[in-house]
Amino acid sequence: MGGTFTLFPTQASTMAGRVDNLYFFMLAVTLFFSVVVAGLVVTLAVKYRRRKADDVGANIHGSTALEVIWTAIPLLIAMVMFVWGTSVYFALAKPPAEAMEVYIVGKRWMWKAQHLTGHREINQLHVPVGTPVKLLISSEDVIHAYYIPAFRQKIDAVPGKTTTMWFEASKAGTYQLFCAEYCGTQHSGMIGKVVAMEPREFQQWLSGGAPAGTLTSSGEQEFAMLGCVTCHRDDGSGRAPSLVGVFGKPQRMANGTTVIADESYLRESILNPQAKVVQGYQPLMPAYQGQISEDNLVTLLAYIKSLEKPAAKGAPATDESAAPAGRQ
Amino acid sequence: MHEVRTNELDSSSAPTTPAVHYLNATHGAASWFFTKDHKRIALLYLYSVSTFFLVGGIFAMLVRLELATPRGDLLSAETYNKVFTAHGVVMVFFFLIPAIPAILGNFLVPLMIGAKDLAFPRINLASWYLYMTGGLFGVAVLVMGGVDTGWTFYTPYSTAASNSHVVLTALGAFVAGFSSIFTGLNFIVTIHTMRAPGMTWDRLPLFIWSHYATSLIMMLGTPVVAVTLMMVVLERTLRLGFFNPDLGGDPVLFQHLFWFYSHPAVYIMVLPGMGVISEIVAAFSRKPVFGYKMVAMASLGIALIGFLVWGHHMFTTSQSVLAAVTFSFLSFLVAIPSAIKVFNWTATLYRGSVLLDSPMLYAIGFIGLFTIGGLTGLFLAAIGLDIHVHDTYFVVAHFHYVMVGGTLLAYLGGLHYWWPKITGKLYSEPWAKTSAVIVFVGFNLTFFPQFVLGYMGMPRRYHAYPAEELSWQVLNVLSSAGASILAIGLFLPLIYLTYAAFRGRPAGPNPWGAYGLEWETTSPPPTANFEVTPIVTKPAYYYAPEEH
Repeated sequence: MGGTFTLFPTQASTMAGRVDNLYFFMLAVTLFFSVVVAGLVVTLAVKYRRRKADDVGANIHGSTALEVIWTAIPLLIAMVMFVWGTSVYFALAKPPAEAMEVYIVGKRWMWKAQHLTGHREINQLHVPVGTPVKLLISSEDVIHAYYIPAFRQKIDAVPGKTTTMWFEASKAGTYQLFCAEYCGTQHSGMIGKVVAMEPREFQQWLSGGAPAGTLTSSGEQEFAMLGCVTCHRDDGSGRAPSLVGVFGKPQRMANGTTVIADESYLRESILNPQAKVVQGYQPLMPAYQGQISEDNLVTLLAYIKSLEKPAAKGAPATDESAAPAGRQ
Repeated sequence: MHEVRTNELDSSSAPTTPAVHYLNATHGAASWFFTKDHKRIALLYLYSVSTFFLVGGIFAMLVRLELATPRGDLLSAETYNKVFTAHGVVMVFFFLIPAIPAILGNFLVPLMIGAKDLAFPRINLASWYLYMTGGLFGVAVLVMGGVDTGWTFYTPYSTAASNSHVVLTALGAFVAGFSSIFTGLNFIVTIHTMRAPGMTWDRLPLFIWSHYATSLIMMLGTPVVAVTLMMVVLERTLRLGFFNPDLGGDPVLFQHLFWFYSHPAVYIMVLPGMGVISEIVAAFSRKPVFGYKMVAMASLGIALIGFLVWGHHMFTTSQSVLAAVTFSFLSFLVAIPSAIKVFNWTATLYRGSVLLDSPMLYAIGFIGLFTIGGLTGLFLAAIGLDIHVHDTYFVVAHFHYVMVGGTLLAYLGGLHYWWPKITGKLYSEPWAKTSAVIVFVGFNLTFFPQFVLGYMGMPRRYHAYPAEELSWQVLNVLSSAGASILAIGLFLPLIYLTYAAFRGRPAGPNPWGAYGLEWETTSPPPTANFEVTPIVTKPAYYYAPEEH
């Protein structure tokens, strides 16, 4: 930042270089063909300019060989771009399993981030350098999009869904955070900063705040307060299925289908439980659509997810030892 | 004085204007507002579409003025959002989509196939009234305070959050949509049933092929956007839950339905433009278009594959990985027929008799801008790269190159090429060449910096941007300066073309020495188009029959 003049965005994530390489390749192809077409048009227009008013051109109708060639070559180049672009996309879309999770809620017109440690920030996101970070993003009102140009990453925040995005910051610094999907009056004001810090500084930042409790402990309280515990008992003796170890596992539904219990399934089952009922249980649960704020929903999701790995319960996902270990 | 024009086949006598033609056959306002003559209806469209273009252009200038500084100092955020929405809605629905088909298509489709009129003259007139009704809805919205959803009407913003006139705007676009459905229907029936004797499918001018392909999209795609806009209206007024998750709907469903039409709509805009370019390149090289069949088939190919690529507008909405990869693949495929056309137009110049008059300058400008526009489309089709540039100024630059660089330049080129036929008069060629060059320079200065701006990360639809990004302001100032130059280039034709229509020298039936049925009748043509029904015995672009 610092007001330096540049015509190329900072590369500050492990993926930025890969995206830029594809960009440079496509730029080269674009330049090449633009120059070829422009050069040919100008050369031919000058070389074959009309010399007498009643001149006519040669009676050439086409050439199958030429047309096959200039169908095949662009097709070949397009397929190279397709495969390259898709491979970059796979890397951009699939977060490493050990990624540190942060929950993001977009609302008009701010970005709210909640760390598993309970730290909350508005229009800011602090992350450690060298650790994959997975963002779980939702929206409270309309569609927004979480966009960090320096990381070459972006994902829509869609109401009614949890979307995910990941990155690994490679360079400490402060980077622009934008809302990229038009969301109304203050759309261009819905911007913030992503602060990538060396792991040690990040730990200091974490210990600097005074969170009321971790995200999962808040979720546990919410879980108890809403009375979820009366049915979802840990030992499976309740009227509803136990939620221990459910996250990420296939679940059999009453209608015979199987659904992976991912974030969007859990979200749907809280807001609209009748949509997909687990086999062997009655559709008794009340719908929490409109009853629960997006922030509280986030804590519930974090809590339910933590139930599969008791070790992570209540502990920050990025303590001093966990972050470097996750990289190996 | 132009040496070519005075030295035609009938150089012995100066061209004259016929005593009676479609413009002066009948008089009075009623003879225009109740006309069933496709040529007069084309002129009704010319006046109304040009007016909307002026309105859309004023909004564009407001956007560019606002962005010349990083702070939102000219317009309030709310006003800015309404201004860019008005720019988008007016330009897409009331300029780009109707410009070539409704004006040039209406005028030329019957002439070029040797027909007396379109198949359904009354429906043709009704299309214009529908267009005007939709336009009046739009004007009413502007008078009442505007709409702020963007031309894309994304839900749930449009159904649940916006406090502006969404319903009226959607109804306006809905009504205008029927105008394009009717036009498409009329063209298809006309091309199938009213071709002159001998005008076989393989002799059809490429302008007709491109309008045929466009009409297919108009008829198959437009009803989908009409239904979608109705769903927005119903959700907004009756709270029916189609798109809003609070009502049990899916916000991304709207995007699927919307882009199922609106991506093909890009081809509604640019395919007719490609038809215009084929005619101009052939006429100003006095040669058949290289690979006629491939160019004709490429039009149909674009129309068909164009229906299968809508998902590339949603790579960042978390659609499934398989869907994203499939849409990426299909999006790359649609580039191939476009590439074929560019190479074939270029190859047409080879051993031609090339004259760089104003229509040809516009056509060459089109080829340049469309090449850049098309190639940068590939950046968006490559998913890994689209993630970064999606919803940034890169996209704004890309679609302006394709839709404005493509459609607008083809429209202007076509207007210049057929102006002598439409009005019977010649315009000032030096002025026309000057304006073509100004448009080309102004266009590139406006939109090229936006590619850089987009890759730098500036999101679109931003009323203000961070002042610490120094390069952003430099690029925005360049772009705004370019917009002013472009505006001058676009204003000039208004003056010299209008002047020519009243004071220009008579053009004669065929001032360009071009081949095609429209050049075989008088300029302006009689109400019935041809004194006797023409009989076609030669292929299209029969310029140089002596060589083989």
